[in-house]
Amino acid sequence: MRWFWIDRFTEFESGRRAVATKNISLAEEQMDGYMYMPVLPIMPTPLIIEGLAQTGGLLVGEHNQFRERVVLAKLGKATFHTPALAGDTLTYTTTVEEIQPDGAICICTSHIGDLLQAEVELIFAHLDDARFKGIDLFEPADFLRMLRMFRIYDVGIDANGERLRIPEHLLAAEQEDIAQND
Amino acid sequence: MPTKDEVFEKVREALMDALGVDDDEVTPEATMVGDLGAESIDFLDIVFRLEKAFEIEIPRSELFPEDILTSAEYVQDGKVTDAGVAELKKRMPFADLTKFEANPVVQDFGNLLTVNDLCRYVETKVASDE
Repeated sequence: MRWFWIDRFTEFESGRRAVATKNISLAEEQMDGYMYMPVLPIMPTPLIIEGLAQTGGLLVGEHNQFRERVVLAKLGKATFHTPALAGDTLTYTTTVEEIQPDGAICICTSHIGDLLQAEVELIFAHLDDARFKGIDLFEPADFLRMLRMFRIYDVGIDANGERLRIPEHLLAAEQEDIAQND
Repeated sequence: MPTKDEVFEKVREALMDALGVDDDEVTPEATMVGDLGAESIDFLDIVFRLEKAFEIEIPRSELFPEDILTSAEYVQDGKVTDAGVAELKKRMPFADLTKFEANPVVQDFGNLLTVNDLCRYVETKVASDE
């Protein structure tokens, strides 16, 4: 099963704010009904949190050109105001409150149209070199493919409002991967 | 300038929100790690909440002097040397290091900080900002 809980980014301001959408479809496995009420296809709330974490985690990671190992470490407050159903489009907005060498805090919302669906506070950790040196969470070429698929670089802007650039180390990994598979 | 009680109430609120503990658990003597169950990532959360609540900036090294605890100069055989303890006292005048000083094992340092220490630290920060 693919573990993509957002469909694409629609806004991305480096180090500040990102907006992503998630279209909920009945065709998706999590909507089968076995987790919640059988006849009411509700999107499971942990997967909404996962989508917000993917939105915020990539925003936090991009701040350091994806050189840090960013993981979701802690959930602050999480409030769900209304269920999200099949057919809904969720708009996830994450705003960076703080980025420090050891982690970051994001304030996140989920909307269905204008309706506030959920509010969540997420705390991310940077896994340190002392314990995780030499361990990559993602294979860099695959990771860049995912970023392209999410359209981060189509909509992203940097701190000066200029178009967001792909980090050199990811481009190099992609080139190497292409050369190896030729 | 907030009173000691006002500082304690705001610190208590920050700790309840960050650690999910009840108000009666947050006593002045409670240790952050041992009694309240704080883990390393919680400190990022706590510092963030304190900065907001008191409108202060908290440099991480002031509360967590990792540079001293990992220094070859100040640590020998897993224990902080006399010079290291002196440096810690200088860096953390708000913390009560009496117990730690008796057996300064680096590993035990994490469980040193109490709610009261945190309140004293905040008081000094607020005072220096005014």
